[in-house]
Amino acid sequence: MDSPGNAIITLDGVGKFFGDFRALNEVTLSVDFGERVVVCGPSGSGKSTLIRCINRLERHDSGRIMVDGVEMTDDPRSIDTIRREVGMVFQQFNLFPHLTVLQNLTLGPLRVRKLSKSESESRAMHYLERVQIPEQAGKYPAQLSGGQQQRVAIARALCMEPRIMLFDEPTSALDPEMIAEVLEVMVQLAESGMTMMCVTHEMGFARRVADQMVFMDRGEIVEKAPPERFFNDPHSERCKRFLQQILAH
Amino acid sequence: MIRTANGASAFCNRYWLIEKAAVNTKLQIGLLAGAGLSLAGCSANWGWYVVSPLTPKGQSNLQFLLAGLQQTIALSLTAILISVVVGLLVALPGLSERRGLRAFNRIYVELVRAVPILVLILWVYYGLPQVANVSINVFWAGVIALALSDSAFQAEIFRAGIQSIPRGQHEAAKSISLGYLDTMRFVILPQAIRRILPALGNQFVYMLKMSSLVSVIGMQELTRRANELVVTEYRPLEIYTILVLEYLVLILIVSAGVRWLESRLQTDKRG
Ligand SMILES: Nc1ncnc2c1ncn2[C@@H]1O[C@H](COP(=O)(O)OP(=O)(O)O)[C@@H](O)[C@H]1O
Ligand SMILES: [Mg+2]
Repeated sequence: MDSPGNAIITLDGVGKFFGDFRALNEVTLSVDFGERVVVCGPSGSGKSTLIRCINRLERHDSGRIMVDGVEMTDDPRSIDTIRREVGMVFQQFNLFPHLTVLQNLTLGPLRVRKLSKSESESRAMHYLERVQIPEQAGKYPAQLSGGQQQRVAIARALCMEPRIMLFDEPTSALDPEMIAEVLEVMVQLAESGMTMMCVTHEMGFARRVADQMVFMDRGEIVEKAPPERFFNDPHSERCKRFLQQILAH
Repeated sequence: MIRTANGASAFCNRYWLIEKAAVNTKLQIGLLAGAGLSLAGCSANWGWYVVSPLTPKGQSNLQFLLAGLQQTIALSLTAILISVVVGLLVALPGLSERRGLRAFNRIYVELVRAVPILVLILWVYYGLPQVANVSINVFWAGVIALALSDSAFQAEIFRAGIQSIPRGQHEAAKSISLGYLDTMRFVILPQAIRRILPALGNQFVYMLKMSSLVSVIGMQELTRRANELVVTEYRPLEIYTILVLEYLVLILIVSAGVRWLESRLQTDKRG
């Protein structure tokens, strides 16, 4: 299972409607263990919907989603099993504002993984060190900068020791000078061998870490290629135009 | 002095007292306005001796009135605690994705909210023992009626409070596999309660005031005691003024407590 080359996420003909609006149309994608996939595309193209279906923040209407050998169904046990393998980082951080950084990090280990208080705390400190802000453990999220908050959010997800990490535009809500510190943490994570799926428009990051680039438009995967070919020789017109726009500045 | 209430005559008496109290209230308002609030100024109309702390008679009257504080506080506090718990338990199904659960919430809130508190008190005290074949004392009848009535409002407050928490908080909790109960307990409710604290404080003040209605079934709380003393002393103006002050002090204390709690939880967040 764990050797590279095996699919850990498989989407097969996945469809999703919001009312009459088709947000995902026959999306088929497979992500191998240890692979890094970067998803890009215009706003409203269904990128968030796609990765939110993988941990059931959205329910897909058709097709099949398999994560680490488990099919995502309406059965709460399948949802729970999959969520335990999947960490998620949001655009808006979504830290728990009434809890300290340390409490944000230990909540999952304590309540879900059933670790002791001291085990949870040492694990939390371990990941805070990995995102380079151990000195902020006692503060509340509102006391941190945006970049620090997002790094706490990454640490919170890592504290659950997931096999897969999903990122939904993790740097889009950040001031420019803070983007680098978050990307740096993500690059390190990629280098550690984590399976990652990132929605981002940071093309420098994508070039550096992606094994596979995905371009979405109107709920469909339009282009899927290794970064080399994706950036130099995109097949579809829409993808070409999108890349021109985004790389222009 | 009618300090115990039982039998039919006491029941009739009660209604006479309520009517009389209503008339007296109007009189009082007029007089208060006329006196420009300088109560000691128009000595001709006032007979403060009934509650004078300087005479043995006044002292015993005061003691009798103030002894009601304990019942009023016990009644209101027990009722508000029960109503907060019931209100939360009714609010949660109202936020469910299942239609049946939401319907339960709506029906409970609409029905309970439609019954006047006084009617509910009378119904619980005189009616419930016949339906349920249990005997129920005035304290618990009062607690049940007040808590039930208040719970519908608490349910709406909690529902609004929980709904005001951004969806991202629920999603973050799901993303770390937190279950429903843990999500509510550790993530949503602590934030929601901070937001609804002023409304909860309001509701507690309201409860203190509404507890005066339990006097009609003979619960010897503040209002009942004042009524009883008026019957024997014929000094409604002074006695009801003391009553007003008693509620005022209680409520100011509660308000200060809520403020303190609010500021404490606020600093919590910012460190
Ligand atoms: N909860 C929702 N209800 C209705 N429409 C939605 C909802 N979430 C997303 N959509 C719509 O689905 C489309 C895709 O959204 P999204 O996946 O967020 O796009 P992206 O992340 O690529 O910008 C958008 O047009 C958006 O308006
Ligand atoms: Mg999005």
